[in-house]
Amino acid sequence: MQLTLWTYEGPPHVGAMRVAASMRDVHYVLHAPQGDTYADLLFTMIDRSDRRPPVTYTTFQARDLGGDTAGLVTRTVVEAYERHRPQALLVGESCTAELIQDQPGALALGMHLPVPVIPLELPAYTKKENWGAAETFYQIARSLLAGRVPPPGSARGERVAGRRPRANVLGPTALGFRCRDDVVEVRRLLEELGIDVHVVAPMGASPDDIRRLPEADFNIDLYPETAHTTAAWLQRSFGMPCTKTVPMGLGATREFIAEVAHLAGVDPQPVLGRERPGVARLDASQARMQWYARSVDSTYLTGKRVFVFGDATHAIAAARIATEEMGFTVVGLGTYGREFARDVRAAAAHYGVEPLIADDYLEVEQAISAAAPELVLGTQMERHIAKRLGIACAVISAPIHVQDVPARYSPVYGFEGANVLFDTWVHPLVMGLEEHLLQMFRDDFEFADDAPASHLPRAGGSAPAPTDQEPAVVPDALPWTSEGEQELRKIPFFVRGKARRNTEAFARERGLREITVETLYDAKAHFGR
Amino acid sequence: MTDLSALPPVGARTEIPILRERGQREVFCGLTGIVWLHRKMQDAFFLVVGSRTCAHLIQSAAGVMIFAEPRFGTAILTDRDLAGMADANDELDRICVTLLERRPDIRTLFLVGSCPSEVIKLDLAKAAERLNARLLPRVRVLNYSGSGIETTFTQGEDNALRAMVPLMAPTDEKQLLVVGCLADVVEDQFRRCFEALGIGPVHFFPPRRAADPPPVGRNTAVLAAQPFNGETIRALAARGATMLSAPYPFGAEGTTAWLAAAADEWEVPADRFAAVTAPMIDRARKALVRHRSHLAGKRVFFLPDSQLEIPLARFLHREMGMEPVEIGTPYLDRQMVAAELPLLPVTTTLSEGQHVDRQLDRLRAAAPDLTVCGLGLANPLEAEGLATKWSIELVFTPIHGYEQAGDLAEIFARPAERRARLRV
Repeated sequence: MQLTLWTYEGPPHVGAMRVAASMRDVHYVLHAPQGDTYADLLFTMIDRSDRRPPVTYTTFQARDLGGDTAGLVTRTVVEAYERHRPQALLVGESCTAELIQDQPGALALGMHLPVPVIPLELPAYTKKENWGAAETFYQIARSLLAGRVPPPGSARGERVAGRRPRANVLGPTALGFRCRDDVVEVRRLLEELGIDVHVVAPMGASPDDIRRLPEADFNIDLYPETAHTTAAWLQRSFGMPCTKTVPMGLGATREFIAEVAHLAGVDPQPVLGRERPGVARLDASQARMQWYARSVDSTYLTGKRVFVFGDATHAIAAARIATEEMGFTVVGLGTYGREFARDVRAAAAHYGVEPLIADDYLEVEQAISAAAPELVLGTQMERHIAKRLGIACAVISAPIHVQDVPARYSPVYGFEGANVLFDTWVHPLVMGLEEHLLQMFRDDFEFADDAPASHLPRAGGSAPAPTDQEPAVVPDALPWTSEGEQELRKIPFFVRGKARRNTEAFARERGLREITVETLYDAKAHFGR
Repeated sequence: MTDLSALPPVGARTEIPILRERGQREVFCGLTGIVWLHRKMQDAFFLVVGSRTCAHLIQSAAGVMIFAEPRFGTAILTDRDLAGMADANDELDRICVTLLERRPDIRTLFLVGSCPSEVIKLDLAKAAERLNARLLPRVRVLNYSGSGIETTFTQGEDNALRAMVPLMAPTDEKQLLVVGCLADVVEDQFRRCFEALGIGPVHFFPPRRAADPPPVGRNTAVLAAQPFNGETIRALAARGATMLSAPYPFGAEGTTAWLAAAADEWEVPADRFAAVTAPMIDRARKALVRHRSHLAGKRVFFLPDSQLEIPLARFLHREMGMEPVEIGTPYLDRQMVAAELPLLPVTTTLSEGQHVDRQLDRLRAAAPDLTVCGLGLANPLEAEGLATKWSIELVFTPIHGYEQAGDLAEIFARPAERRARLRV
């Protein structure tokens, strides 16, 4: 048993719903009790979907348990098929149905429907949402491509001369982070390179599209959390190569272009030739962010402490962008997804921070609080943490809320994605010139230095004002002299917490019994910044 | 004692044919009640013993995560618990003790049963007994079921309240007990009303602190503020209380009739009742009339959700001039709506349970002006051209009593008003 207050991921059948809701002409029959239909509102409210997710629930009740819940499954399957006439039917169960062991998938298979039935076994007590999405996508591909897998060792046919190379784009789903717009951005990149997008899946794909997957020359594993299992299987079974780079950030986008050009056997120069990394000019990149990051106003971004948390793909990419493209310092990096924990550990080692692999919300809050960052890049869960701690925050990963599905075009992949990320990460921070003014006027009696950035509302009026008090109580806190405390108050609020912590650590190391103005400045000289 | 002459005549609808349906239900389970119960009783913690689905449901239904450490959580069963490798009882005790160490402000801990805990027959009553032996008097542990196999949406509140009934001290004093969770502001308004009428002492159930439940006994008159607490009221009756039959306090008419039921019991003189209620009725009517033009003559369709469908349809019909096409309710507790049913028009279809696809077929055929439904259906129906009102707002917003009558009407008028404004 595990105590959970808030959860990053839903159960695995919600992952299956994300795949089903992203596709066309599939339907999902879910053996589940009343209440589980709550998941529909994730799609219709957060994603603002204008259609119901294609899911029919059996809605069994306690009084059915002694009787014929299996009969309820078969009746529901028949009704759902008759009503929706899908090209393929997914059949599975939620956590409670798993316990009563009706085997709905096997039951439905035995009904000899005129369309493929794809049974989904998603263990609800060991696995979670992203795994469920990946497994569902994989089971769909495997079922629909059964019988088409060439014998092991067969050579992959050469591309017909004159035909443009083709790529499948794998992984975008409903409730993913900015998938809708990322796909557009990636499609544009591929088209510029002379590569055709063959199938995008699951988003927008029909079962027939899934059957066409092996006709492409290679796969783009755009969202490894949902696509990696399928992409790896297509590689094993059909010899289809697959990308390893996720084009999030300017550097990664350039590497992605080189990688897909290599896989497609095309020249990357028409696109990459317009890129001049390291050059401080507006026309040195197709992304404005390169010049924006190098323009002098951005100087104030230097060394801003950021804490990064999300799914592995977005967190690792965000840490790289933060470091190499924004000039921030990564002070924390983690993920809630254990499936890709190894990659996050490697990245954390690269940035010299302790990796945080956790789906315990309170543990994440504690880690953020202890790291005292100036910016949190996280999920909608970290937005709540940051709001409480009075720290600026931008969302970079699912789980999302309704504001993370903006009306405007806002990809995070590709060149435009790099621009979008620059804007969204800079916006919550105190603006460059404003930071200088804060320094100049901090002693002015009319100036309240704990005021947040002037262009931001006080978060609905209910959020606590930024504070220099650490929420976590330090057990052996050293006393400050009143002069020392007063001097500390003169330090701008957004670095005050760090100054307090550093000074106390410094004093403790030296065995001091109290902290004076002198200690404060000794510590400042010691840590430098 | 109320002037009802301006209202439509009461239909002769005592035996209503019911359309009973079984199939997919687009309704929350009883766990959802935790969202408002934990706000009401701030010394209580609600621990769901269930799965990740349960945790995800409450989180999604609550919508926002305002609290770092909310006063509810889920003890998620893992395969170790199911395979018997870990003794689920020991695990539960460990979690409860850790939790209460973290939250020394908690005085009552509700263990809330879920679908999986009930299917594996985890005995939460025994668990509560065991924990009480260890934790009383500092913390009392109670248990109830909020599972989807046993309860729909608002039945969770009914079960939570019923679990508290045995803790109510006996009393022979004549008193009024208002049953059903109300916003504090509404409670205060009603309290002032009863005081002005000379009715008292008045207790509200649930109480604001779970550790201080009101007393009950043979001279207790129960007035239901919500139509979904039938089991609680029957448990109170077993303790000697009598239920006052009345329509629910929605709109001016409903509130007046509801107060009148208590006034009759306390033999409040008619002129005093009129003197106290007249200014409030007047104010409520003024607030209602503003919205009537958006609603009168319009057809409304209720999908089953919170059990409030029948009283709200009655309000919309009698005070706002709307025509209820179909009123869906998760289940029909005749005792709880005995005073409401005769006020419904004979032309209305009353449906119990749900087969959502068949109901949507009827809905499309009826093409009502307003559909009251859950969040999972609202946007898709809007995209089909139907104006909708999310029913959950009716549970989370104060809508009872005279002072909220205008707000209640506004909730239903807003979709039409919004449509009238938009030019995109």
